[in-house]
Amino acid sequence: MLFLVYKLTLITVILLVSLGIAMYATLLERKFAGFLQDRYGPDRAGKWGLLQPLADGGKLFFKEEYMPNTADKFLYILGPCLTMLVALLTSAVIPWGPPLVIGGVEYTLQVANLNVGVLYVFAIASMGVWGIMIGGWASNNKYSLMGAIRASSQMISYELAMGLSIAALIMMMGSVSLNEIVAQQQGWHWNVIYQPIGFLIFFICALAETNRHPFDLPECETELIGGYHTEYSSMKLGFYLFAEYINMFVSSAVLATLYFGGYHFPFIGRLGLSPNVAAILGMVILFAKIIGFILLFMWIRWTLPRFRYDQLMRLGWKILLPLALLNLAVTGIFILLKG
Amino acid sequence: MEQYLFYGLSTIAVFSALMMVISKKPIHSLLYLLLCFFTLAGHYVLLNAQFLAIVHIIVYAGAIMVLFLFTVMLLNLNIKGEQSKPVVARIVAVVAGGLLLVALVGVLRGIDNNPTLMQPNNQVGMMKNISDLLFNEYVLPFEVASILFLTAMVGAVMLGKSESKVLNN
Amino acid sequence: MSLTNRSKVVSNKKFSFLESLYLPAIFHGMFITLSHLFKKKTTVRYPEVKRPFSPVYRGLHVLKRDDEGRERCTACGLCAVACPAEAITMVAGERQPGEEKLYREEKYAKVYEINMLRCIFCGFCEEACPKEAIFLTDRLVPSQTEREDFIFGKDKLVEPVDQRVDVSKRQSQKVLDFKKDKNQRHNS
Repeated sequence: MLFLVYKLTLITVILLVSLGIAMYATLLERKFAGFLQDRYGPDRAGKWGLLQPLADGGKLFFKEEYMPNTADKFLYILGPCLTMLVALLTSAVIPWGPPLVIGGVEYTLQVANLNVGVLYVFAIASMGVWGIMIGGWASNNKYSLMGAIRASSQMISYELAMGLSIAALIMMMGSVSLNEIVAQQQGWHWNVIYQPIGFLIFFICALAETNRHPFDLPECETELIGGYHTEYSSMKLGFYLFAEYINMFVSSAVLATLYFGGYHFPFIGRLGLSPNVAAILGMVILFAKIIGFILLFMWIRWTLPRFRYDQLMRLGWKILLPLALLNLAVTGIFILLKG
Repeated sequence: MEQYLFYGLSTIAVFSALMMVISKKPIHSLLYLLLCFFTLAGHYVLLNAQFLAIVHIIVYAGAIMVLFLFTVMLLNLNIKGEQSKPVVARIVAVVAGGLLLVALVGVLRGIDNNPTLMQPNNQVGMMKNISDLLFNEYVLPFEVASILFLTAMVGAVMLGKSESKVLNN
Repeated sequence: MSLTNRSKVVSNKKFSFLESLYLPAIFHGMFITLSHLFKKKTTVRYPEVKRPFSPVYRGLHVLKRDDEGRERCTACGLCAVACPAEAITMVAGERQPGEEKLYREEKYAKVYEINMLRCIFCGFCEEACPKEAIFLTDRLVPSQTEREDFIFGKDKLVEPVDQRVDVSKRQSQKVLDFKKDKNQRHNS
């Protein structure tokens, strides 16, 4: 019973934190864009515009709900729901911090310690395409369909390189459990040092999988007037837009966990803190890393122009995939030589 | 607990499989098939075969079904365009389907209740055990299968290439 | 001849290996955007900070009163004649006995209307006025939702007695000298 209560609390807290961070990521994005463009960004709603996400949410809620009458009603509603669901699912396997010990009972800060954690993340990432595809198709609009097809072909293409870069990591770690992978990166043994090419490939693929710039072809405003969400309005559109930020948060968390040592930080062991304080500090460190990655995502968005479709495919199939294969082979040889 | 989960999952699986056949719209049957795959993955998890469940989702739900979806979207199959099949074709389809069913039932009857699978918390489906088997005992079939895939891939590329040449000329 | 010396001749030379990686170019671009993070922002936070108007800015008109609070306008109609957009209409009236405190001259404008949608803020009315009655100020014409509301009557144009509008910026030295002229005393 206690176990159930603890898991439920953990799930609720993680959901709320994901939603909260995604919410404020929208503000951060606009602020950051403003600062990069010599502006201030939104600063009218509340101090420094801190109430802006609430205003945006309120606006989306009260907008007119519009549905094209040729749309497939059920699938049209299912699309954004699936996108949101898939975006939130991944956070279940990420270890958010070292276990807390309260009253002699150990509480792990991870919803499900799957022993196929990395593969689970990968499976959920491959499901991300469904919400976009269904929504884009159900809208019965050529722009939406174009966006949906672009999204799916892009995601399928980049999943391959992503999978291969993870495969090299798994070979090194000898485990697919995220918990285990984090545990092996204690101190300075961050995977990014041993797998820099793998990290680069994974990072680029993460950008492509979240449909962020410069891979935002599915929704490019200038060519496809919004792509798969052209026909969406009100909170359904909000779900799509919001899911992008949740995806960004979750992929930042995955990046931090797989390649940047998760909640580990060098010298944290030397401070001589009590385990619980160290656990909370580890959590803070993980979140700092995540926010760093989110900022990097945004920085890239406001710097690089969008790829052309053939360039996207060329990068995915002719550069990243062979590079990932090479990385895999080199990693294999190293492991073999080390015995 | 597991019993209830099993029955729940099975009900959804059978329902979605039936709906997949019955639905008029191809895209709906596609989604029912997707649901069916998820329930099957759930069954794998119940059998403690987590690796199989996840790979099932990655390969079938994530990749193959998306290709199906592509086909359905691009072919523009709708109810109006569907021609009614001749009676002979229907009879042949029923006979073929019936034969397949008979064969499947026959195969399933032949299997004894496998004791290792029936044990709760058996470790056969764990990733470590599966990979031990794959890379030691069954390494040759595994590699042959991968070469088969490679052949298929090269063949697909060849088909695509020759067609584009014809178009260019 | 080029207008600027910033034109570049396009070259189609092959990329070197480093260039074809695009990574140096990407990092260069990232560095440029990052450097903008610390630059001075060009935003003017409007309601709190107002940009200074140019001294020759021509905004909303004002009908001036003289030092004793009497309306200066004598409804001569020169401004209406000078107006290229034909935005000004007026109806003249005769001053009745007992109204000397209100109007400076025997003749005054009963109705004085400027259509702000027609007005092009050229300032010709101001130049044409012999009585120093109309000026363009550095105030903005407020936005309205009805077209009729843009026809500003005397209620909006004449400056209130207790809230004088400062137009000293618009009075050139020539005008000020002219006002000091003894023969033109009546104009001051």
